[in-house]
Order: sequence, then C-alpha cells, then structure tokens
Amino acid sequence: MDPMFTDAAAALLADCCPPATVRAIEAGTPATALWQALADAGFADALVPEARGGAGLPLADVFGVWALCGQHALPLPLAETMLARALLAEAGLDAPDGAIALATGRLAGGRLRAHAVPSARTAAAVLVSDGLACRLLATGDASTERAPFVLDATLSWPAAAWDAAPALPQVPELRTLQALVMSVQLAGALMATFERTLQYANERQQFGKPIGKFQAIQHQLSVMAEEAFASRMAAQLACDTPCATAPDRLRVAAAKARTGEAALTVAELAHSIHGAIGFTAEFDLQLLTRRLHAWRQAAGSESAWQDVLGAALVDGGHGLTVDLLRQMTDPAPAA
Amino acid sequence: MNALQSLSLTALPPEDEALRTEVRAFLAERLRGVPAHVRARSWNGFDAGFSRALGAQGWLGITLPTEYGGGGRSPFARYVLVEEFLNAGAPVAGHWIADRQSAPLILKYGTEAQKRFYIPPICRGESFFCIGMSEPNSGSDLASVRTRAVRNEAGWLLNGQKIWTTNAHNCHYMIALVRTSGEPGDRHAGLSQVIVDLKLPGITVRPITDLSGDQHFNEVFFDNVQLAPDALIGAEGQGWAQVTAELAFERSGPERLYSSIVLFDEWLAWVRTPPGRTPDALRLAGKVAARLAPLRAMCIAVTEKLVQGQSPVVEAALVKDLGTGVEQAIPALIADDLASRANPEDVPAELLHTLAYVTQVAPSFSLRGGTRDILRGMIARGLGLR
Repeated sequence: MDPMFTDAAAALLADCCPPATVRAIEAGTPATALWQALADAGFADALVPEARGGAGLPLADVFGVWALCGQHALPLPLAETMLARALLAEAGLDAPDGAIALATGRLAGGRLRAHAVPSARTAAAVLVSDGLACRLLATGDASTERAPFVLDATLSWPAAAWDAAPALPQVPELRTLQALVMSVQLAGALMATFERTLQYANERQQFGKPIGKFQAIQHQLSVMAEEAFASRMAAQLACDTPCATAPDRLRVAAAKARTGEAALTVAELAHSIHGAIGFTAEFDLQLLTRRLHAWRQAAGSESAWQDVLGAALVDGGHGLTVDLLRQMTDPAPAA
Repeated sequence: MNALQSLSLTALPPEDEALRTEVRAFLAERLRGVPAHVRARSWNGFDAGFSRALGAQGWLGITLPTEYGGGGRSPFARYVLVEEFLNAGAPVAGHWIADRQSAPLILKYGTEAQKRFYIPPICRGESFFCIGMSEPNSGSDLASVRTRAVRNEAGWLLNGQKIWTTNAHNCHYMIALVRTSGEPGDRHAGLSQVIVDLKLPGITVRPITDLSGDQHFNEVFFDNVQLAPDALIGAEGQGWAQVTAELAFERSGPERLYSSIVLFDEWLAWVRTPPGRTPDALRLAGKVAARLAPLRAMCIAVTEKLVQGQSPVVEAALVKDLGTGVEQAIPALIADDLASRANPEDVPAELLHTLAYVTQVAPSFSLRGGTRDILRGMIARGLGLR
C-alpha cells in the first residue's frame, strides 16, 4: 500500500464526498463536480503505465484508495475508471473524460444489453464485454432501464453502435475485474460499518450505561470486527497481483465470496445494534448497509464465486487443500 | 483498534518456505498407510517415537536458541513445519505443548539453570509437557484457581487438583498456574507458575474418556507434593502475566485453522471421483477455501508479530475465534453434503468414519485455549469496550 497516495485520497474524499453529497447524487444531482475533483487530483490514471502518462502504480498501492471509495460510499465508479483507463492505455486507445463503468453484455434482438451495470448513472462511458469483444460505449447513447440499486442501470445500445465502438485488441475478464472492485469496496464499507457501529455502541446509553458495556453487544461487535478484518485480508490478497488488469481469478473469487458473506453478517449486526435510528433515511448508516447488499450481489454473489473456487480446487489434481491456499495467499510472483 | 489494523499481508521468507519439501517427504514416508480417521486426531494423536524422530530431524524447538539445542530460527520456520504436520495429520501430541509454549515460556522467564535443564530434551523430542491451568471450579474464570504451592524449607509444598489436562498421562512435566499467596478472591495477585515433575510422589493422574472414546485429557491430583525451590518458573506473583503471554503463543498458530483439514481433504478426494462430484460439492469446496485463504494470511500476519517480539493477544484471539468457526463448519457442511446424496451407498466408509470422529470432537475446537465467549471478550477489550 502506498500510504501517501491513500492519505491524499482520504483527505480528498472526506472533503468532497460527505454524506450530503452521496444523498444528493443518489437523488439525481449530477456527479460532475465530484468527478472533476477526483480527476483533477490525478486518481483516474493511477494504474495507467508511466510510459503512457499515468502513475503506473501496482494494484496493491491502490487498494487503500478503493477501500476508501467503499468507506465513503463514493457514488462514482472511480475504481472501475482506473482499470478501464489502464486497459485503454495498454491498447493505445484514448480514454474519454468522465467516469467509466465496467459491464458484461449480450447481443440479442439487434441490441447489446448490459444488465444492472454498477454506477451506470454516474458514468460517462462503459467498457462492455460480450465475451467475444470488449468495446467502449457512451452511456449517453444508451437506452436506460432501472436497476435495483439507485446508481446502477440496465443499458442497451443498437447493434450498429456496438459494432462501431472502439474495441480493445484482447478481451479482458471484466466480470472478474468488477468482482475485484466490489470486494475491495466491500472491505472498506465493512470496516466503516463496523467502526461506526462501535462508536455508536460507545455513545448510546440505555439502562444507565453505554450499550457497548453489555456483553451481548460486545460479542456482536467482536464478530463484526472479525468479519471486517477477514474481508480486508481477502481483498488485500486479491490486490496482490503483478498486473492490475489481469488479477488472479481464484484470489478474486475468494475475496468476493468472503466479503459477500461478511456483508450479510455485518449489515445484520450493525442494524441490530443501532436499533430504529439506523433504519432511518436521515441516519448515515443506510448509505453503507444498502451498498453492502448491492455490492454483495454485483458481479456475482458468494455462491457464484464459491463455484469458481470449488471447481479449481476439485479439478486441480490430487493436491492438498493447503497447496491451493498457499497459491492464493503467498505473495504473487513479480511481473 | 490500531493493533488490529496492522494485520497486513506478510510473506513467508524463502529460507523458511524451503523447509516444506523436506518435511513433506518425511511425513509422507512416516505416515504411509495411516488411515484418515487416525490422522484426523492430528494434535491429539500421541506417538513418542514420532516426536523423537522429529527431534532427530531438528524440527522441534526450531525457534529456540542453538545453545539450548534449538534451531535458532524464526517463528516463520515453525509456521511452515506446523502447517505441514497438521495438514498431514501427524501425531504431534507428545511434543506439541512443550514445543509451542512451554519451552518458549522457560526461555523467556527461566533461570539459566532451568533453561539448560529443560530445553535441550524438549528439542530432542524426549521431554513432554502439559498445561496445568483449568481446575474443577476454574475454567474460563482462570484467576480463581485454588491449587496452592506454599513455601517451606525444602521448596514448595503443592496441594490441589487440575483437570482437563491434555496428555498429562503421557507427559514428564506440567507447568501449573498455582496460588502462592493470598486467596482466590485476590484474583490476579498472588498467582505463580511452577514446573511439576509428574513422577514425584503424591501425584495421581486419572484419565478422562472423551465422548469419542479417546483418552487424552486427565484429572491430576496433588497431595502434599514436595517441589524443589527451583520449581518456580519466572517471578513469584507474576503468574497471571506469564500465563497471558503463554496463551498468546497457544492461540496464534495454524492449529486454529486446520483441525478439520484431514477430513476436508479426505472428502475432497472423493469429490474428485465421478460418483462424488456434484455441483453442491463444488460450491461447498469453494465456500471452505474462501474462508480458509484469508485466515491463513491472517495467521501468518500474527506470526509476523511474534517475529517482531510482540505478544499479539487480541489479534490471536480474533484469528482463533474465526478459525475454529471454520474448523467446526467443515464437519457440519460435509455431513449435510454426504447425508443428502442420492447415492449414499457410494460414500467411502473411511470418509464416514473420519466424519464421525471429527463431528464428535469439533466442540472442543472452540473450548481448548479459551472458549469462544472468552475470546470475544478479549476482542471487546482490545476494541476499548471494557
């Protein structure tokens, strides 16, 4: 992790992404000013190779910034944009201004349709893969349908627009990349949810003392701490890769499965400890817990990624489980 | 909070990782033909000859100084060895406690004479230790122990009783937490640790059979046992602090992730065959692996704290509580998988036998070394809630 880079992002997000801004953007206010602040600070090109004008940082150094995006409920696909701009730069393609979402899509009935694209409503463009090609499309040209999470949308373009869009020479695993982003943002949001709940338990008084003095609450907070720290480690492992745009699929699978599991437990306990106040629109907890559920489902829930990991373990020969665990946890070989 | 925040990715040094191949080959040779339900006993499996063989390889006391017969290496070397022992299901009970916590405790608190006397035979796999903590009325409330050592002209006179003492019937020594002054109500004050030679007159060791039919824990009675003056280990009255540091060693190792791993690998071997392979089984395999992978990294991060000479009490409690959760989930998930099959008659008998054993002993995973509730209390203290 690069502490200076992370500290700069922490200061910037604290300043320009307070809960009021998140609420306003969720209510439909354009995210352009927020995006501009992030772009001006140079975060969008963090993963772009130095030879192409970027910072050329390894993914491990960007982990902290992505976790902060989760912690601050950032209503923009900053992490996805970093990956998309790196992919475009590697291909020698120009990147558009504005945020770029990632999506997997399917051609059917003369349209390319991408289902429930995370942060589609605040993205200027989308990098879409249908498994055969990966192209950059403008969100402004798409027909838009609602998706379950307020900032997401289902997008579709005429097949002609898809065919005409600039294509990457190779098709990256965008679903894996999206799952990677979601795991790290979940890790950040889980830690923030835990810390906020810990603080609340220390402040809220009932029966003449802070509720955090009750053993039942203490044990629930201990479980939240365990889940948050295991998730943070799982996400860190996924970011330990020599190539940010081609992370290890099994590490991502473990990270998405583990953070997805934790999202359920932590959201449930956070609401239980907060009581009715945590259930209000006005209280900030909901900005995090709604995301825990949305991000758990985005790019495949835990079962989807357990299937991937399980198939690798079962089909990976006759070795011991510990050998797969070593492969997934020992430091990734340098590029 | 800050203590927990610092648990981050750590690499096992290549020189320690290099031990793995040699250890694995040795274990494959020694454990050839041992069935899974026996290997599943892992750190409850006792074999004095095996422990001596590990000592001859130089694999016991590997973190201890060479001048006392140790290997002079880092806790990472021990991590690699122990990870291999556990995954192979090696019978490590004989030396387990001496290697893990008694010898480090003697090294830290002992006199020069005590170090020279006790540590070299531990490293040779010839001297086994047990832990005298629990008593009939002092389980989780460890500070209430009543066993008492009273100073007399010959040293210390020991009276009282310990219980749930794992492996006492096979051990040469016990390091016991006893009261040397004050009353049980004085709590942490007045407690000390003594090394008890289990051959001394006045000691009765009575095995207790566990629910699986095994005998690994015991009652130990002390009836006017005369200890020499140098039986005291560390400072008189400092027993509580010493025991807390000792428990950090006990709780931080990879034995808190791998207690069910022999069962899991045995199940996996069947899932790799055509009759065993189902979509549900693949998902289950992935669920367990996704929980184990970050835990392994956390365990190595805790080991890094030991390398730096810290005592990661809260971090170790966190990893142990999570780890024993996975260890207990494994037999539960596998049982559900096997008992919901359309072809139950195809499930290998040895797999079912191993499952039955692990299912029975699984409750102990979150009892030994501090119960789940005690650990969560320690985490809460680390979070500033107590």
